[in-house]
Order: sequence, then C-alpha cells, then structure tokens
Amino acid sequence: MKTVLEKVPQGDPLTIPEQKAVIDAIIDRNRQKPGATMVVLSEMQNEIGFLSEPMQEYIASELQVPLSSVHGVVTFYSFFTTTPRGRHSIKFCLGTACYVGGADQLIEKAEQVLGIKIGETTPNGAITIETCRCVGACSQAPVIAIDEELFGKMTAAKLPKVLAQYQD
Amino acid sequence: MTYLATHEDLAVLHNDAIKRFEEKRKSPDFKLQISDELKSPTPKEVRVVLRNSGVIDPLDICEYIAKDGYLAIAKVLSSMTPEEVIEEVLASGLRGRGGAGFPAGLKWRFARHAKTEPKYMICNADEGDPGAFMNRMLLETDPHSVIEGMTIAAFAAGSNQGFVYCRAEYPTAVKTMIHAIDQAREMGLLGKNILGSGFDFDMELRMGAGAFVCGEETALMSSIEGKRGEPRPRPPFPAQSGLWAKPTNVNNVETYGNVPQIILKGAQWYASMGTEKCKGSKTFALAGDLNNPGLIEVPFGITLREIIYDIGGGIKGDKAFKAIQTGGPMGGCLPASMLDLSVEYETLTAAGSIMGSGGLIVMDEDTCMVDIARFFMDFTQDESCGKCVPCRVGTRRILEILTRICEGEGREGDIELLETLCREIRQDSLCGLGQGAPNPIVSILQHFREEYEIHIREKRCPSKVCKALITYSIDAENCTGCTLCARNCPVNAITGERKQVHVIDPDICTRCGICYSVCNFDAVEIN
Repeated sequence: MKTVLEKVPQGDPLTIPEQKAVIDAIIDRNRQKPGATMVVLSEMQNEIGFLSEPMQEYIASELQVPLSSVHGVVTFYSFFTTTPRGRHSIKFCLGTACYVGGADQLIEKAEQVLGIKIGETTPNGAITIETCRCVGACSQAPVIAIDEELFGKMTAAKLPKVLAQYQD
Repeated sequence: MTYLATHEDLAVLHNDAIKRFEEKRKSPDFKLQISDELKSPTPKEVRVVLRNSGVIDPLDICEYIAKDGYLAIAKVLSSMTPEEVIEEVLASGLRGRGGAGFPAGLKWRFARHAKTEPKYMICNADEGDPGAFMNRMLLETDPHSVIEGMTIAAFAAGSNQGFVYCRAEYPTAVKTMIHAIDQAREMGLLGKNILGSGFDFDMELRMGAGAFVCGEETALMSSIEGKRGEPRPRPPFPAQSGLWAKPTNVNNVETYGNVPQIILKGAQWYASMGTEKCKGSKTFALAGDLNNPGLIEVPFGITLREIIYDIGGGIKGDKAFKAIQTGGPMGGCLPASMLDLSVEYETLTAAGSIMGSGGLIVMDEDTCMVDIARFFMDFTQDESCGKCVPCRVGTRRILEILTRICEGEGREGDIELLETLCREIRQDSLCGLGQGAPNPIVSILQHFREEYEIHIREKRCPSKVCKALITYSIDAENCTGCTLCARNCPVNAITGERKQVHVIDPDICTRCGICYSVCNFDAVEIN
C-alpha cells in the first residue's frame, strides 16, 4: 500500500491532508460492508468530486479487490468521473418527455451562453454541463437539474438568467 | 422516539398517533408540502398504494402509524404463518408492478422453498425508464409502506436481510428512504425481534450510479455486490441463486407498497378491483403533451382513452392525439385506433407494447415517430451494458439505420433490414434490455409504417421534426421585427434591424427551433 501512496502526483486528493482524511474515513466506515466497492466509490465521488487513478489504486489496495475491478466499476457507471468537475453541475434531462419538450434547444442555448460543450467545465471551474437520464419530473418537462435542485418548464429564453446565478 | 417492544406498545402508539395527527391538522400553521405531480384523484381513479401520498408527512413515522401503518406487520407477526401470508397475497392476485407481472406470492414461495441460507430481499427502486416517476413519488411520500410491505414479504420468504436499490438520480427519494429506515429501526420495527415476535429483519439502502441496465434484476444484484452492473443468465433464477449466490426475492417498490393494505383489508377487497387476470390498481406517470400530467392510480381494465381524456384532461393546445408510449424504452407506441384498449399486462403485450413499470407518454400530432424510434434506440444503445453481442452491436446498427433515415439518407430495404435486426436482437439477447430494445421500433413499424416510408422515399418529415429534412424561415407578413428570435438564436443565424423583417441564414441555422418556440407572432415557419 505504501507503494500506492509514494508515486501519487502532487495535487491529487490523496496528497491533500484534509481530503486524504475524508477518503480514509469513507473507506473505514464501509470496509466491512459486503459489496463495499460501489458504496465507497459513490461516497467518494460525492465528497471529493471525482475518482483519480491514484484514488482508485488506493481503494483497491485498501478494500483488497483487484484494481481492474475498481476501474471496471468506475468506467461502467455514468455517475463516476475521473476528472474534477465544476463547482456546480448542470444536468439536462434527456427523458422522453423532456426530449419531446425541447431539451435539445436548452442544450444549444447553454452551450452558446457558457461557451462550452456538453461534458465540459467552464474555464473558471464554476459549471460543468452534462446530459442525464430521466430525473422523474416529467410533468415539469423540460427539466434541468442544477446540483440537487430541479428547474422545471425551462425555456431557452429563461435559461441564461438561471445560468447567470451559478457562473461566478 | 418510543421503542415498540410488543404489539400492545404499537396499539397504544397507534391511538396516540391518530390524536396527534388530527390535532396537528387543526393548527392554522399546518401545511404539508405537496409536489405538483400529486393531484387530487379524479372520479375514475382510486387510491390504494398512493393512499397516504400527500396526506401524511413522509418524514414522521407516527403519521404513517396514525393511518394504520405497521398494523399489517403486527397482524402478520402475531397471527399468521408465512404460508398464510403467501396464500393471502396469491388470493389478492397481486402481480409484479415492475412490469413483468409475475404473481408476487409465488415468487415469495419459491424463495421460501429454497434450501440455502441466508435469503435476501431486494426492493428494486432503480426506476430508470424515461417518463416514469411512480416509484420516486411513492418513496418520497410514503416510504414506510414500502418498508412494511418488504418486511411482510421477508417474513413470508424467510429472509432477515433486505436491500433497497435506488437510483442516484433520485436524491430526495434516497434521503427520505434512509430517514424512514432509521426511524423504523429506532422504534424496533426493523431489527432484532420485531414487536417481540422473534422475527428479525433489517434493511439497508444502496445507491445506483447511473446505469439503466441495473433495473434488470440480475444486473441489480451484480451492482449491490459492488461489481459492474452486468446481467447474468437465468436460470438459475434469483429465488435459487441471486445476491451472493443466495436465494433472493426481488420486487418493485409499488409491489411492496400494496402488501400492507392487502393484509389489513383482505385479499377479496383487493381482488374486487381490476379485471379477471389483473387485480387491483396500478400507478402511472402521465406525461407528455397533456393538459393535466402527473401521477395517477387507476384500477386495471381502464381504457387508454379514459386515462388520456378523463384523467389527463386531453391533448394540450387542442391538437390531435398521435400516439401513447407505454412501458418505457422497452415498450411500444400505440396509435389512436387502440385508445379503447383495456389496460392490462396481457392486452398491452398483445398490442405490441408492454405494461412496464408505468410510464405513459402522450404524443401529439407534431411528434415524428421515426425520430421517437431513433430517440429510444439512442437510449438503449447507450445503456446497453455491452456484455452480449446481439444487444451491444445490434442496437448500434439499428441506431445507425434510423439516424440515416432521419437525415434523409434512408434506402429501399432499410425497413426490412430493421425488421430482421429487431427479430434477432429480441431472440438472442441475454436480458430484458436487449430483448425489449426492438419493441419501440417494431411497434412504430407496425402502427406508423407510412412515416418510415415517407422519410425513406420522399426524404420528407411529415411532422417537421427531423432537422436534416426541414428549414426555418421568417414570414415577412407576420414578422414585427421585435428581435426576440435574433436575441435567442444560439448560433446568431438571424439578422434584421429592430422593427424590420428578420431573415434566417439557412447555412448557419442549426434547426434547433428556438426561434419557432419564442416567436409571439407565428412568424417563424418550418418548411
């Protein structure tokens, strides 16, 4: 395990003491759970914001599972990311009702206003825009989710004002 | 919080809770936060599984107890044998609400008869179908009914450990459910020796991480085990070899939510609703181009027409009805000629669609069915886990063909090629995702074939949706030069001075349709 930590590049969450403490706490409180890999990865994605390669190696060695399994899980599920995200995540729901309701118009508008494409983060690190699966608020379609809050009945005309609140 | 050691403790608390429930509502400050999606029931609706939704505070277990909550598990633990519970649920006719419609009691009996220990209970709350939000609403508004139903099922199946698998896209449902589980455990309604009966059962919530295929029961189990959510071949069925190769019973949120009522009011009461083959009620998430979308609960046997017009308030903007999509991305699209179809598992399957978990999306005349087919295939090919070739490669090939058709590059023979591919993917795929993936394509081919043909032969999109086949222009007569369209155009394709007629440059235009939706004077035309 020492070897895992020795070669970690500077700036990785494992080299930042406060984040390392969070990582260790997550591993410790879930270590005994059956099927702990998913639980640990979910919590770490939530609290650290992403799962770097050294973090995956560290988890594998701590939980005694092959690195290939950890990496396999990380790449399988769309909620896990290997690069840092923006401070705010803006997700465009692509459920059927939102799609029929014009979600693609909202995406084009957001890409224009923010100057980034879907999947990218604004240069100041404020916003990451992504598409997501149905958030289950179909009667409010089209819907965008900013962090954990839902904004229903969104229109391309209303969108820039909403985005502006998160742009700094 | 009181710890309930015996049935008597619960009975005392029940009386107390009723008083408090009523007193709380007398206060002028009392206001329950109710989601927009929960409407008061229309005359054709019933409230069985949703009886408490919008009525009780989901974060307070005593409110659930005031509505006879946990009395069913008390009855089961004090006066019924597991086999009696199974018999009662079988007699009620309760079938799996996740979509497959397998009799719930029978599933529990299979698990009960399995020899290996321990046995696991799973609640499938991975409601991934786009357009479906029934489970989310139930978990957010009445989580304890699911916990109680699952505990009763665990008693019947002989299990002491359960898992609720909820998708990560539902943060509120996850929080509400975890809170409810903690409360139930604190009061002794989960854990060791429930109500002094000697029966132990506890449960834990596990979160998904954004993979649609995990709603398939074997993939879901792989995910709980901490692995990639890839399905496994069946047999062996989960009742023999499921989670960690132990006997496992998987039911949907709504299935569990029905159980306490069946135990309290009796199988006969439940079976009095619905039709001969489909008893009871079903929740549906009504969405799309409707006047009153939202969550509904109806008895089986209601017609699609009643759902759309009597409950959903008809089509928005007085447009014509075109299709109703049932069963999510593994379901199908039914045309106007099938509106009088009685809603049952068997009838929907016979019509080329499926019941599914209960998403109903209504589409008006402006919807292009080929584009919808492409949308669903885009979804399934992206969500295909990649384990088996027919699904992984087949869905991609179908998507390529459909995209080509939508772009005006369709060829003669494409329809036949689609039919062959669909047949083979359905026959050869490992799990429900692959087997169901062709359903939207086939049902649209069956009911809206001419739309495919017009796209292929005339290179035209009759509904004016497919971007490559349309152009936008501004009608000089209607344009007032208000500049609204130019200001909203994401690619600056619209030019014109204030109070002058505006013009769209077709070379820059991406056909996003924003100008069309924002124009207040109907000046933007689609050709």
